[in-house]
Amino acid sequence: MDAAAITLGGPPATPARSRRRQRREAAIEAAITLVALTGIAAVALIFVFVAKEALPLLLDPAVRGEASLSKLFLPQLLRVGKPEGFMWQPVSTIPKVSMIPLFIGTLKTTIVAMLVAVPVGVAAALFSAEFAPRRVREVVKPVIELLAGIPSVVLGFFALMVLASVLQGAFGFTFRLNAVVAGLALAVTVVPVVFTVSEDALTAVPRSYREASLALGATRWETAWRVVLPAAAPGVLAAVVLGFGRAIGETMIVLMASGNAAITSWSFGDSVRTLSATIAAEMGEVVFGGAHYSILFFIGVELFLFTFVLNTAAGAIVHRLVRRMTASDA
Amino acid sequence: MVRSLLLAAALVAPALSFAGNTTVKGSDTMVVLAQRWAEAWMKQQPSKKVQVTGGGSGTGIAALINGTTDVATVSRTMKADEKAKLEARGATPVETAVARDGVAVYVNSANPVESLTVEQLRGIYLGDVTNWKQVGGKDAPIVIYSRENSSGTYVFVKEHVLKGEDFAPQAQTLPGTAAVVNAVSKEKNGIGYGGGAYARGVKELRVDGIAPTKEAVLSGKYPLSRPLFVYTKGAPAGEVKEFIDFCLSQAGQKIVTDVGYFPVK
Repeated sequence: MDAAAITLGGPPATPARSRRRQRREAAIEAAITLVALTGIAAVALIFVFVAKEALPLLLDPAVRGEASLSKLFLPQLLRVGKPEGFMWQPVSTIPKVSMIPLFIGTLKTTIVAMLVAVPVGVAAALFSAEFAPRRVREVVKPVIELLAGIPSVVLGFFALMVLASVLQGAFGFTFRLNAVVAGLALAVTVVPVVFTVSEDALTAVPRSYREASLALGATRWETAWRVVLPAAAPGVLAAVVLGFGRAIGETMIVLMASGNAAITSWSFGDSVRTLSATIAAEMGEVVFGGAHYSILFFIGVELFLFTFVLNTAAGAIVHRLVRRMTASDA
Repeated sequence: MVRSLLLAAALVAPALSFAGNTTVKGSDTMVVLAQRWAEAWMKQQPSKKVQVTGGGSGTGIAALINGTTDVATVSRTMKADEKAKLEARGATPVETAVARDGVAVYVNSANPVESLTVEQLRGIYLGDVTNWKQVGGKDAPIVIYSRENSSGTYVFVKEHVLKGEDFAPQAQTLPGTAAVVNAVSKEKNGIGYGGGAYARGVKELRVDGIAPTKEAVLSGKYPLSRPLFVYTKGAPAGEVKEFIDFCLSQAGQKIVTDVGYFPVK
């Protein structure tokens, strides 16, 4: 790098100058490293703080009596004379703190959001990168990216007031606010994430791939679907993972549009209560240090772990995909 | 959603409060009332500042325990464990009744049901009664709306209607009475509950045959009526006392009526 810097101009290098330059570069390098480390440290410290607040669940006997791991994850007696089940009723004479209905709720809204957002986002990216004339593309791209800028409260409000009534009219849901309403509203926030990242991945596929494919007689559609999309697969996968992270962590929309009933059922027409909405709805009321307080932080730890595991797994898959593709290139 | 914003405001409010201010925090049911009191009080005494935030009765008491508010507005009596936590920090809670409220039960205006007994309400909210025809209505599923568990109204209904048992899991919990009223007005099979001051665009049911009228609530004949309290750490003194005295004054009690609750004096 030094050699390049010298040939690029500047006064002729003397040993003193070159040493000064080296020192300066070292300082810049250190500063950049520091900035990067600050980011990592922030994430680590947040995790440590959240985990620390959740720790009484494992250590404090008083808290454990109210919320042991079996109470969090195994079926419990709910009412005398009724079968055991899962229930989230943390404010009660006997608090019921099962995580299962919250997991199911989060899963249901996320599934709906992903089922809608991934096809739409990837298809829009494929259209924008491969088919759209430049003028159309210059409109489509910023408009979809603008979706990401809509505040989630506004989307939630729209889903609550308009979308819920429209969907109830169309599908006859018993519950006006349900997993489908919340999931569709979530999809609106996920689409721009999936679109932007996949579009970048698709445009990054070298031109020579397309030229080779077309030269071999493939149509534009075949080229896009069988050559460009597979070549961009790692990027598209990363887009899906990012979108998933957005969907699972989004709070305001689900708080407003999901009905917040912690029901243990697989029907998508039922109301749901998600992990993130539970934290938002209940954090204002808990007394510091109580069992309920620790459980809410424990939910935070779970959300953190979900995204972490998912990102790591996706990272590994992307790495393998890239290696396989570059190997077959050679 | 206004309530969620208030909740967010309640979370950051302690950092903003400074000396010379009286902070009032707690019941969502009482937030409008407390705000009106504060406005009228500050108009009368321009040098005094009163900050009002909602978040729920539980939030108010938690703030009183944590020392981040001077006055907690609470729409139920304080629980034993809350009292114990406060006493563990060397303070005795002092309760002052400032108004009375009837918890109204709402159904959609199109619902033919006019009256329910407390026992029927209990069945509905426990999830044992799931169809309107079981309580004299149409053959349609009952869609239950409830409040977040930080709400004083939630605790009131849990204690007075459910006798301490848990709400059915399919009860949808909404942030704020206004949200419940809005949901019931849009859901023809819906049922919800909340402070009487909010009932607009929905039908208020008679409970045990008694409508939540002023006389019935004041006399306690209406089964779902309750006092509204303010709590302080120890006997109120200084500016806090002046403010509470104002709430109990003729002008303060007139505001109670204006907001839709019932005066205690």
